[in-house]
Amino acid sequence: MGGLAAAGGTAICAGAAPAQIASHGGGHQMAARASEGMAAPMPAMGHGAMMTVGDVDNTANGFDPTDMLTDWDTGTVSVLPDGRTLRTFEMAAEDRDIEIAPGITFPAWTYNGRVPGPALRAKEGERLRIVFRNYASHPHSIHFHGIHAARMDGVPGAGMVDPGDEFVYEFDAKPFGCHLYHCHAMPLRRHIHKGMYGAFVIDPDPERHPDQIDVARSRLIGTPENAGWQELVMVMNAFDTNFDAENEFYAVNTVAHAFMKRPIRIVKSKPVRIYLINVIEFDPINSFHLHANFFDYYDQGTTLTPTLRTVDLITQCQAQRGILEFTFAEHEPGLYMFHPHQTEFTELGWVGMFDVVEALA
Amino acid sequence: MNETLPRAAIRAAKTNLVWLALPLIALAIAVAWILSADPLSGFRNGAPPVENLTFERTVLDDSGLRLFVRAGGSEPMTVAQVQVDDAYWQFTQDPPGPIARGKAAWLSLPFPWMLGEAHALKVVTNTGATFAHDIAVAVPTPQATAGQLRLQALVGIIVGIVPVAVGLMFYPLLRGVGQAGMAFLLSLTIGLLAFLLIDASAEALELASQAAAIFQGPVMVVLAGLGSFLLLMAIGRRGGVPTGLALSTYIALGIGLHNLGEGLAIGAAFAAGSAGLGTFLVLGFALHNVTEGIGIAAPILKQRPSLWVFVGLTLLAGGPAVIGMWLGSLATSAQWSALALAIGAGAILQVIVEVSAYLMRQSGKRIEVLLTPPVMSGLVAGVAFMYVTAAVVKI
Ligand SMILES: [Cu+2]
Repeated sequence: MGGLAAAGGTAICAGAAPAQIASHGGGHQMAARASEGMAAPMPAMGHGAMMTVGDVDNTANGFDPTDMLTDWDTGTVSVLPDGRTLRTFEMAAEDRDIEIAPGITFPAWTYNGRVPGPALRAKEGERLRIVFRNYASHPHSIHFHGIHAARMDGVPGAGMVDPGDEFVYEFDAKPFGCHLYHCHAMPLRRHIHKGMYGAFVIDPDPERHPDQIDVARSRLIGTPENAGWQELVMVMNAFDTNFDAENEFYAVNTVAHAFMKRPIRIVKSKPVRIYLINVIEFDPINSFHLHANFFDYYDQGTTLTPTLRTVDLITQCQAQRGILEFTFAEHEPGLYMFHPHQTEFTELGWVGMFDVVEALA
Repeated sequence: MNETLPRAAIRAAKTNLVWLALPLIALAIAVAWILSADPLSGFRNGAPPVENLTFERTVLDDSGLRLFVRAGGSEPMTVAQVQVDDAYWQFTQDPPGPIARGKAAWLSLPFPWMLGEAHALKVVTNTGATFAHDIAVAVPTPQATAGQLRLQALVGIIVGIVPVAVGLMFYPLLRGVGQAGMAFLLSLTIGLLAFLLIDASAEALELASQAAAIFQGPVMVVLAGLGSFLLLMAIGRRGGVPTGLALSTYIALGIGLHNLGEGLAIGAAFAAGSAGLGTFLVLGFALHNVTEGIGIAAPILKQRPSLWVFVGLTLLAGGPAVIGMWLGSLATSAQWSALALAIGAGAILQVIVEVSAYLMRQSGKRIEVLLTPPVMSGLVAGVAFMYVTAAVVKI
């Protein structure tokens, strides 16, 4: 717990954190201050002072960062004449003002009215059909990271959709992994940082991986093996609110400090799997650091064996993503922080807590 | 109705009233139409309102830091979040809620600022616009304790009152000067005042540029300067042309208003944590101000005023430095300092005009006197002396 109060040498405490944690952080700062010649200690220090003020209205936004962690869009399923599964997703582009931090309105461009867009999830080998309608004021597209034909690529000339129009992207779900989709209209950077991106996960088909069938089954949504995991989707994003090509707010799932104010409940006995995607603009690299624990990492999620073992920090370039697996089974219950180790991002909102509990109430 | 007035006059008055009312009614109708029909809506292009935020005061103390911010946008502004050194900090706003155009509010942050370090502040509004303010060197903001105010008064006396008194002490020596010497002294006064006029105007304009847009900085400075000039000219000339003691009094007043500005500058430097420069600054200002005493003495060389007159002139010219110190160290907002300096500049201009007129009358040569060697050298000496001594106090 000692490391909890320190991130980049600065105390960060949740408003809802137990008193012992808050006073721990406060005590550190008091001690530091005393040697700096300040006349008297500041009573307000160390009690969650380094934090945005207020709360975001999730109801008005129409999405909640906590709900987004587990909100998978599995589309609608039907069977093709050849017996294969056809999975259909409905997507719509829409201009929408969203609240990205308490009191801050951002004029976003969205998929299905939310940022990030819906977390699409399919099974390896399925036929995917994505019906995309553009209700927004600019031409948009969906460019999927995956394998598909050139005419399905979502770049200009291949699935670019004018306002009021519709396009259907169709391709097979491959390769399995943790991918993303985003708009590929020009200028690219603007369309992405305005909010047009989302998670696109293809679960491995256990039948195709007999050597590692258990691992594959644990990844496949709907199986009993998968139900034993606590899966979370985290899209690392940020917002430039004053058009200076620098981000003012950093977050996972859009809302700065959301998981400091509402720590993510983790049941101690369930291993954790995070589908982590970096879509940050204006900063070349983002990262994920877990406190008091280590994890296995699957770069791009395209392997069933870890590409990195027992690490507590991974970095991701723009559009890079991967799967993190770890467990708190041996830990005592409590609040465990996670944040990028770019301390600037941390202090500008991209930081959160896992609240490890014995069982969900 | 006054029965003694002829009917024709009454009728004319009524007609005038109608001609006064008509345009006013037309204006009222036009305003009502603009407000109700909103003919300007066609120009609106969905662009967000222009926002502007001015940081007027920064206070650092045991409870953290406080910012006095003024809104100057087309619409009321809402402060949503505050960053310190690229981190969001909780804050409270007083009064809370949106800040109306031209209104100000205090933002209080329980931020553990570091003595002697720089801190970067950034206010984020609800539209995501940001406004930055830097604290170059963090030091506790001076408190308005009796001890502090006494200390500042002492500095004000050293900067303002002592040098003027020292200058006036040349009085007995100056009495012996002849016609040419007198012309030299008066033109020396004009020269030093000319320097002060330029210096005070530039300072006022610079301060005004830091003030909220709603105060219209340069316009306010020019208007306040011209206004004070015209007012003082009118007062000065109501009983004829000022000479002798009256002229000395105006010179002392003009210099006094200038010293108020100097006091503000030193007080602000102390408040901003440049106290290390203090002693140097104070000595420089003191040296700089000795000339002012000589200028005040020049018009009364042929009179024999009592000692109390000298005391009064010294206090009038030097005393405002003390008041300036107090106001400056309590960190009044930029626009009020600019206003004080602009008024001082107007007063200095009035004195320049009056001393020039006095100089011309003295010689009986009208405008040609300005081209005589004693006057030319006096002007140059006045400006040059002020320039050189001012260089000492420039940071
Ligand atoms: Cu787009």
